Amino acid sequence: MNRLHAYPGESKVHGLVYLLPGLLIYLIFTFWPVLQTVHTSFLNWEGLAPQKNFIGFANYVQVFTDSKFWLALSHNLIFIIFYCLIPIFIGLFLASLLGRYPLKGFTFFRTLLFLPQVLSMVVIGVAWRWIFNPTFGPLNLLLRAIGLSSLARPWLGDFALALPAVGAVGTWVQYGFCMVLFLAGMQRIPTEYYEAAALDGANAWQELRYITIPGLRAEIGVALITTIIAALRVFDLVFVTTRGGPGEATLVTGFLVYRSAFLQNQTGYAAAIATILTLIILAISLLIRKYQAADAWSKE
Amino acid sequence: MKQTSGAVFFRYLLLVSFSLLVFLPITGLLLNAFRSTSEVNLNPFALPSQLSLENIRNAWTVGRFGIFFKNSVVVAVITVVSSVFLSILTGYAFAILPLPGKKWLYPLVLLGYMVPFEAAIIPLYNLMKTLSLRDTYWALILPQVGLSVSFGTLWLTSCFETIPQELIDSATMDGSNRWQTLWRILVPLSTPSLTTLIVLIFMWTWNEFLLALLMIQDESMRTLPVGLAFFQGRYTSNVPLLAAGALIVAVPTVLVYILFQRFFIRGMLGGAVKG
Repeated sequence: MNRLHAYPGESKVHGLVYLLPGLLIYLIFTFWPVLQTVHTSFLNWEGLAPQKNFIGFANYVQVFTDSKFWLALSHNLIFIIFYCLIPIFIGLFLASLLGRYPLKGFTFFRTLLFLPQVLSMVVIGVAWRWIFNPTFGPLNLLLRAIGLSSLARPWLGDFALALPAVGAVGTWVQYGFCMVLFLAGMQRIPTEYYEAAALDGANAWQELRYITIPGLRAEIGVALITTIIAALRVFDLVFVTTRGGPGEATLVTGFLVYRSAFLQNQTGYAAAIATILTLIILAISLLIRKYQAADAWSKE
Repeated sequence: MKQTSGAVFFRYLLLVSFSLLVFLPITGLLLNAFRSTSEVNLNPFALPSQLSLENIRNAWTVGRFGIFFKNSVVVAVITVVSSVFLSILTGYAFAILPLPGKKWLYPLVLLGYMVPFEAAIIPLYNLMKTLSLRDTYWALILPQVGLSVSFGTLWLTSCFETIPQELIDSATMDGSNRWQTLWRILVPLSTPSLTTLIVLIFMWTWNEFLLALLMIQDESMRTLPVGLAFFQGRYTSNVPLLAAGALIVAVPTVLVYILFQRFFIRGMLGGAVKG
């Protein structure tokens, strides 16, 4: 953005004409509402009630002393294991096995592996609710068919299993993305490194530790941040599969914001949670920007 | 290094298994759209005995997916066209044109790309209520355009910045004004980036859920994902009908994906995450 100059006789603010239409819509319908959310988080605003008083950090105190908030946040943190750690682990494992040789037909497999990224979370939720259905779901039918009927469960209705079951859907959505991301990155690592390592008698773990992981540093950064944000934001999937239940076994912060603001009329309280969630996501997004600035990747 | 054929086989076995694991759950569901209820409950692993379009017809008419489909198309088309058009202008302003305050305006626009919808949804809801825009397409289009312009600006600014200044200068020398230079030089040279942007905004708009859930009360104004979510609440055990609905929601994005996957994957790998 440094090379811009006005041509002789051109207005120094010519760009404003081009900027304003887009900027205005953005300011009115995105930027201003975000600021208003922060403002609302300092108000005593109970939905329909007419008076809204400034109450300082009282909503935040309420949030931080509310066991529901911590419960929801702890579920988001567990989702980080399912959305982020397991997919990255699978991706690294497969990339280190597959990425060192040219793979014929990889474009075809890439198409399949990326499929969950284009599907509506509602479609994904409907599919997995069917798979997990206690009576006619394929998972339980399969377990019964192979003589493991004792393992058949009402997956999404079980207090202990609902959270990992929804989390497993997250793993299913994300691992293909991580695989493709890492396999693309592997193309950049010179094969000679692995040949040299093999000559030095390095084992598989050492290759992974000293060649593959450092070589994929930028990709791992992107995968970490992308999947962590997905785990923190999860809403659609929970809405469709469990609505936070059974009980509050799958309550997540996104759903808590929705429930408090639109079902329980605790607007100020909900705005405080939304602000906290936004700040966490913003901090992680700034990390993405750092990696984007490094620009060591993103070329296909 | 030489590869043994056993190693090659093992690697393909892994690749095929992990690809099938992605593919089977979703196709497994969607195949049900072509079966009868009794067939589904008897054996979910068998292929449909006949390709019946009965469920899809029922979902389209009785389930009102035809109406949801129309709503989704209207919202997606208007959102994509206006977001891309506005982003071309803002990207041009940031990358090429003289513009005061660029240093602080750019991060301001960027912020929208990094915050999630949740951050704006409560005031947006009240804003749309005040403007009496709830239950209209505008309640979905305007916020989506605001968010998309934020990402589009970032995406196209960095794209336009790669275009050599000499090209722009020589066009000006030949008598082209700023507007003409944009549409005759920059836009044609940026076709791949523009295609990626169009595909990404389309996917995000088509699959958007929270906004559509809150802004639309009137069933006949629902978009497909919300329509399917409520439909599922009513027909949990009618798997074929539910699958038919899911199929109607999924097919457009899958088609766009298959046609433009190079561009979509480029965008996703380029870190185009909707924050």
